[in-house]
Amino acid sequence: MDRLTKDDVHPKILQKLLEDSDITIEDALENEMILNMGPQHPATHGVLRLLLRLDGETVIGCVPDVGYLHRGYEKMAENMSYYEYIPHTDRLDYISPLANNVAWVLAVEKLAGIEVPIRAQYIRMIIAELARVASHLVAIGSFAMDVGALTVFLWTLREREKIMDIWDILCGARFTNSYTRIGGVANDAQPEALALVKKFIEEIDSNLSECESLLNTNRIFIERLDGVGVISKEDALSYGYTGPNLRASGVEFDLRRATPYLQYDKVDFRIPVFTEGDCLARYFVRADEVRESAKIVKQVLQLMPQGEIKANLPKSVLPQKTEVYSKMEELIHDFMIVNFGINPPVGEVYHAIEGSKGELGFYIVSKGEGHPWKCKIRSPSFIHIQSLPHLVKGHMVSDVVAIIGSIDPIMGEADK
Amino acid sequence: MELKELISQKLQTNFSEAEFEFSEYRNEFNIKFNKKFVNPICKFLKEDSELEFLLCEDITAVDWAKRTNRFTVVYHIFSIKHNFRLVLKSDVDEADCAIDSVSSVWKTSNWQERECYDMYGIKFNNHPDLRRIYMPEEFEYHPLRKDFPLMGIPGSLPLPKK
Repeated sequence: MDRLTKDDVHPKILQKLLEDSDITIEDALENEMILNMGPQHPATHGVLRLLLRLDGETVIGCVPDVGYLHRGYEKMAENMSYYEYIPHTDRLDYISPLANNVAWVLAVEKLAGIEVPIRAQYIRMIIAELARVASHLVAIGSFAMDVGALTVFLWTLREREKIMDIWDILCGARFTNSYTRIGGVANDAQPEALALVKKFIEEIDSNLSECESLLNTNRIFIERLDGVGVISKEDALSYGYTGPNLRASGVEFDLRRATPYLQYDKVDFRIPVFTEGDCLARYFVRADEVRESAKIVKQVLQLMPQGEIKANLPKSVLPQKTEVYSKMEELIHDFMIVNFGINPPVGEVYHAIEGSKGELGFYIVSKGEGHPWKCKIRSPSFIHIQSLPHLVKGHMVSDVVAIIGSIDPIMGEADK
Repeated sequence: MELKELISQKLQTNFSEAEFEFSEYRNEFNIKFNKKFVNPICKFLKEDSELEFLLCEDITAVDWAKRTNRFTVVYHIFSIKHNFRLVLKSDVDEADCAIDSVSSVWKTSNWQERECYDMYGIKFNNHPDLRRIYMPEEFEYHPLRKDFPLMGIPGSLPLPKK
């Protein structure tokens, strides 16, 4: 990087600097500065800390520091039953809790060999896709806010609020839902909830266009992001990128297509891919994915049959509460599952879903006991934060904020 | 030829001394080998034009507590070309608690190995920056080891000095 010389400085500033007897002109122009950004900083999306080495306003080095939200969820998983862990997955990626619920129960079901009824699988698809929409809306809104467009944040959060209302009816909670169960979902989707889902996906296209019209024709927004934070296809793969960030670099990779789970092979959707790999491409990918998710939900609503929402496996699937209070067998099974757990066979599995941020995987090792012997969370945000030094090098301090917003990290997930 | 056969055949011809053990569980293909070969095997799997395991999804370890080889380091790698996930495993003993780093093969393994070192105390040889990642630098223990209690060790995390 070329250093500033005396000739580059505005004459008036140079004069001011020369008047100050405490600093010499060499100090002011040639010394590098270390800037500590975060962990308490509104633009770092939680408690991310970056140490930046600056030459003037240009970043020449960056060291990310994570761990300020480390709660030891992997250790806690080793000491609680598979059912008890469901509420804890809500607190990983707290912007899309339902997607984490789905990821966890799918991993446990793969380990225990549980087949889930078709209706429950479709309900899981709806909630996973709505969670993706909610997460991308927050991502777009807060990203726009990071680069100075405040109104978009209010508008996208207004849309997200509608998803919260759906979740409120569906499972009684707005934010930390814990809706899925091993072998199915907690309760059937009510007609009112499905009607709201239908209304929401019909409106989201035009409502999103409204938000986009504030950004896509905004010269400040485009010029601040175009060509900033570029990562090539090869580097993105080497850094372990997945999800929207990888697709913005030109790799058409989506786990819903690559390793179909639930009923994703029955629905038709497009994988949005952009080749630029910069902040603007990552924003475009997210906006397109919202529309694709709405398309998936629309098809699911038509495909979804009536029927059971829990597998008929009394030894590993919790019975409905009404039956527990009225039938002896169900009471016994409920007692056994709550107190001793479901005891899946000895073995180890890794199951990953296409979460809203990227590949969200759980690696579970079972010794045949009621609680996992080991649980590893493969969180996309942790992997994406690692590449920040590569992305911010050579850019301005103000671009760092835009780059953090564009890779959309959630610290609850990155720090586990 | 099926992909699994192709992988096992290629590995056995190129690394005849690596003591391979192949197994399959719930449609996941597991390959276990001697830890000395981890770097060349990973490099081979990534660069072979017929396999192309370009994406390293996850690196972690399992603590088996009382077993002779106490730890197993587990790598989950993915080939976008074949839509195929491969699980690599290598045993590490507590007496010689180290394994070669693969951060020269996949850049993403840098932090994943740091996390593994922080949580289990397994050292990764030739790692460019092997520091703790979640716990403070001066912390003495490795929290995900089975002998570390769930409630933590009182006094092990002192408040910062004023």
